[in-house]
Amino acid sequence: MSFPTLNPPPPTPQPGRETGLRKCATTGLDVCLAAQRFIKLNAVAAIVFLLFGGIAAILLALTRWQAVHLLRVDWFYRILTFHGLNMLIFWMLFFEIAILYFACTIPLKARLFSRKIAWLSFGMMLTGAIMTNVVIIQGKADVLMTSYLPLLAHPLFYLGIILVAVGTLIGVFNFFATLYVAKRDRTYEGSLPLVTYGATAAAIIAVVTLLHGAIVMIPTFAFSMGWISQPDPMWYRMIWWGLGHQSQQVNVCAMVSVWYLIGQLTTGSKPVNETVCRGAFVLYILFINLASAHHLLVDPGVGSSWKIWNTSYAMYLAVLASMIHGFTVPASVEMAMRAKGWGRGIFGWVGALPWRNPAFSAAALSLVIFGFVGGITGVTLGTQQINIIAHNTLRITGHFHSTVVGGTSLAFMGLAFYVVPLMFQRDFIWRKAARVQPWLFGGGILLVSLGMSFAGSLGVARRTYDIEHAGVYGPAAHLFLGIMGVGAIIAVVGLLLFVVLCVGTVFFGERHAKGEPMADWGVAKELPGAPGEAIFADHWAMKGTMVLTGVFLACFAVYYFANWKALADVWYVR
Amino acid sequence: MNQEPKPPLLKRLMDNHWLLLVLGVVVPMLSYTLWGWIELLFVPVAQLP
Repeated sequence: MSFPTLNPPPPTPQPGRETGLRKCATTGLDVCLAAQRFIKLNAVAAIVFLLFGGIAAILLALTRWQAVHLLRVDWFYRILTFHGLNMLIFWMLFFEIAILYFACTIPLKARLFSRKIAWLSFGMMLTGAIMTNVVIIQGKADVLMTSYLPLLAHPLFYLGIILVAVGTLIGVFNFFATLYVAKRDRTYEGSLPLVTYGATAAAIIAVVTLLHGAIVMIPTFAFSMGWISQPDPMWYRMIWWGLGHQSQQVNVCAMVSVWYLIGQLTTGSKPVNETVCRGAFVLYILFINLASAHHLLVDPGVGSSWKIWNTSYAMYLAVLASMIHGFTVPASVEMAMRAKGWGRGIFGWVGALPWRNPAFSAAALSLVIFGFVGGITGVTLGTQQINIIAHNTLRITGHFHSTVVGGTSLAFMGLAFYVVPLMFQRDFIWRKAARVQPWLFGGGILLVSLGMSFAGSLGVARRTYDIEHAGVYGPAAHLFLGIMGVGAIIAVVGLLLFVVLCVGTVFFGERHAKGEPMADWGVAKELPGAPGEAIFADHWAMKGTMVLTGVFLACFAVYYFANWKALADVWYVR
Repeated sequence: MNQEPKPPLLKRLMDNHWLLLVLGVVVPMLSYTLWGWIELLFVPVAQLP
């Protein structure tokens, strides 16, 4: 089978104001000007909400760090609600809409289906997000992100979330309509490019997610208005997690697409097997959404068959998909490096990777943190029996900070190092600081995740203001909470640096001269006498990735069985 | 008449994003939502002492 890559398709209409296209001087791709405007708007809004969430993050970390214990109790739960929604919903959804508008137009040489629909989507999302944030800060919605019934917030809190969900759904509709028009007008031939294919998978997952959001939030809003009686709390929890967890699966899909894209932009890599990569995206589409059941593993209303089937992502088929991507992304980079002549030994290619390119380092760190920390802990904690020793502890929070923050947020930051200069046509300010930013943020969030995970292993609960009253936590728990706090300070410095770099570039970055490409971050160099594409016939050429895969599987086995041992220690069976 | 060979079935299925959209909605809706909803419907109502 043959699939197209991101190479520009043959030019049919000439770029220009009248056609609504411009030629990108860096990539050679035609950029839809309408899509460019909405990519900019959504990306800027995303970064503003990231800033809000980051400020909240440091306040929370300095409160959970028991030796500091910064906030008052009421403000702790208020800021926790604010942090969750801004980081997990608003930052992610706005950036994902930006990615969708990019993926359905630029690689396909297509125009965005409708500017009016894009304005409607953006307007609803922005209004909803502002409304929700104002209500939370006013202290009328101290219900945490999950807002489990019978906790009840101000009606505008629910209305705000409904507006964000419906606005996002309208943006997703615009994406699908653009795909339809591009196919009808034959702006591309054959299959969708892989990055668009991955974005399509993310959009499909988003549809299911947002349907659940509507199903749960509309009756809850009606209840908060006094129009209907209270919905059943068990039903609420089940449907809410169809929104809460599945929205993170949209992130996973978008993040994987970003890995492939950054790999191609920085090393010239091509997927080692397109069919297998697309098959993995199909497995995501079919099965990744089932994992919402992880959150209901101690709920008594649903049985073990439902729990085991769904938490295993249909017998681990979606986990298989993640492992395929986790293999093919580094394998394709390794093949590209060997093709450029960096073929010495097993890891001779690693040192020659473009580590000084912040997009590459962000994607590489994202893959390692997501796979080694997030993936291994996720599958282990999602096992029904093991979950009982981890449920509602900081281990869960440690897990998802390594997936959503160390994985997705870091990958999105990496993409921004290309999106901002290409869309705003300005070069990044403080380029040396930009090269450090992914390491700062990634290193900090790794400490946060490990600190939370180890504190949680000692029984420290999540979403809890004060652990001193219990009087059962020794110095080790406090040490790990301190590590989490130090990590949070480092990560938030990295986050603030990212925001300053992006905002500073938008306003003060050096404008590209007409026809000039963006300043090069540095890509993998080719050595003289490099074997080139001939290396693709040698399956053993990806031996470095195979060794890394072996290390990954060994880590997974050790962690998984250590947790069964930990369970056996607390669950004595004669 | 078009003599180009048809692409393999698997490729045609994977390229049909409308089919994937339908399957992507139906599978989790049946497996997670509907099945879970049915289980909750059969939970007996607790009797007050």
